[in-house]
Amino acid sequence: MSKLLPLTVTEAVSRKRGQTLVGPVSLRLEGQGITVVIGPNGSGKTSFLSLLHGIARLSSGTIQWACPIEEARHAQAFVFQRPVMLRRSVLDNAAYPLRIRGVARAEARARAADWADQVGLGALLDRPATVLSGGEQQKLALIRALIIEPDVLFLDEPCASLDGRAMREIEEILLAARDRGTRLVMSTHDMGQARRLADEVLFLFRGRIHDSGPAGAFFDGPATPQARAFLRGDIVE
Amino acid sequence: MVDLWSGLSQAFWLMVTFDPELVEIALRSLRVTLSALVVASLIAFPLAAMLAVRRFRWRRTIIALLNALMGLPPVVVGLIVYVLLSRSGPLGVLGLLFTPTAMIIAQTIIIVPLIASIAHQSLRELWAEYHDLLISMNVTERQKIHTLIWDSRRALLTAALAGFGRAIGEVGAIMIVGGNIDHATRVLTTAIALETGKGEFALALALGFVLIGLAVAVNLGIHWLGRTERGGRW
Repeated sequence: MSKLLPLTVTEAVSRKRGQTLVGPVSLRLEGQGITVVIGPNGSGKTSFLSLLHGIARLSSGTIQWACPIEEARHAQAFVFQRPVMLRRSVLDNAAYPLRIRGVARAEARARAADWADQVGLGALLDRPATVLSGGEQQKLALIRALIIEPDVLFLDEPCASLDGRAMREIEEILLAARDRGTRLVMSTHDMGQARRLADEVLFLFRGRIHDSGPAGAFFDGPATPQARAFLRGDIVE
Repeated sequence: MVDLWSGLSQAFWLMVTFDPELVEIALRSLRVTLSALVVASLIAFPLAAMLAVRRFRWRRTIIALLNALMGLPPVVVGLIVYVLLSRSGPLGVLGLLFTPTAMIIAQTIIIVPLIASIAHQSLRELWAEYHDLLISMNVTERQKIHTLIWDSRRALLTAALAGFGRAIGEVGAIMIVGGNIDHATRVLTTAIALETGKGEFALALALGFVLIGLAVAVNLGIHWLGRTERGGRW
């Protein structure tokens, strides 16, 4: 059980230049598993994840981890929709989070190489990260996030614009991380992926949590008409 | 044309015979400028990274100022350093006037804004790329600066080379603070000015060709060391 959770969010709002990006949202995040955030474009999925992670401004409300905020910030990681590659080798990219935590270079590299091997990047260690393919970059971003063994991992559409095989590989990594006890919160556009991975679903609509529930119940019969329409594939505005 | 040819041939002979006086002033030129370059880079790179990373009140003003100071007139810098270092000046007790150290100080002042401006340009772009990731990873400001400088080292090399180019060919400031003293502060550029004044065009030209050769050699050497234009994109 992680020291971070439960996470309690009360009436949290993120505004930018007078415009409300997300909120007010209230939720409680605890236990194990994968929470999948779905919703139409512009419903605030990215802002929602950034807000929980603490990289978007909290304009009002509270976000309360079970431990002090400084500790909490070090025990979580974020994977962006478009992976940000450091201008370094694959190995040094993966080792970077360990290096900034003060792990010695040799040990950080050894652990990074180990992780890279596990996800099939073992042969590319000395390549510059920026020349990798999209799927390889996303896998690298993923192990770079997982290498610190975070208690909570946020992922913003990690499989956007990836093909089936890359998606399957990434899902395997995510499931393995869940089984090790990392709490995952991810947004996705792919309803198939949502059904495959979700233990819990949050349906975001117009910046608020419009509908939510355990995955089984939610996919069988969402409570709100908007969520029902969204699952049917209708355009929800 | 005759001067040009005799300059070329004289330069050739000076170099193949390793004329001791030529070697001396060429090495002094290199020493002064490379020292100034190292000191200036140590100041300019962290300054540029800090300007990219940190948000504070006078940031924009400082950036604008640095850009403006890229065109700092060397003669004026030389004059100011002269006044500061002269016996009656505030730093007169150090006895630095008319020494290579004074020349290094003047050249450093001249090239810091240039290096910092060019470096800031590329560091800012890299920071835009890295911003979200580094914020998410909760890195300290020191680590941010360190990461940015290391990951844009190729671009910073270009900035340093621009600084080297400006410093090695500079004559106004080092003439004033160095005094062009034989065997003490005479460097290639001041020697050229002197020989031209004396009407020794061939010798002046020879020194000029040596200077150009030196600048090109250093640039090529650094490029080769830094392995730019090879392998990766950065």
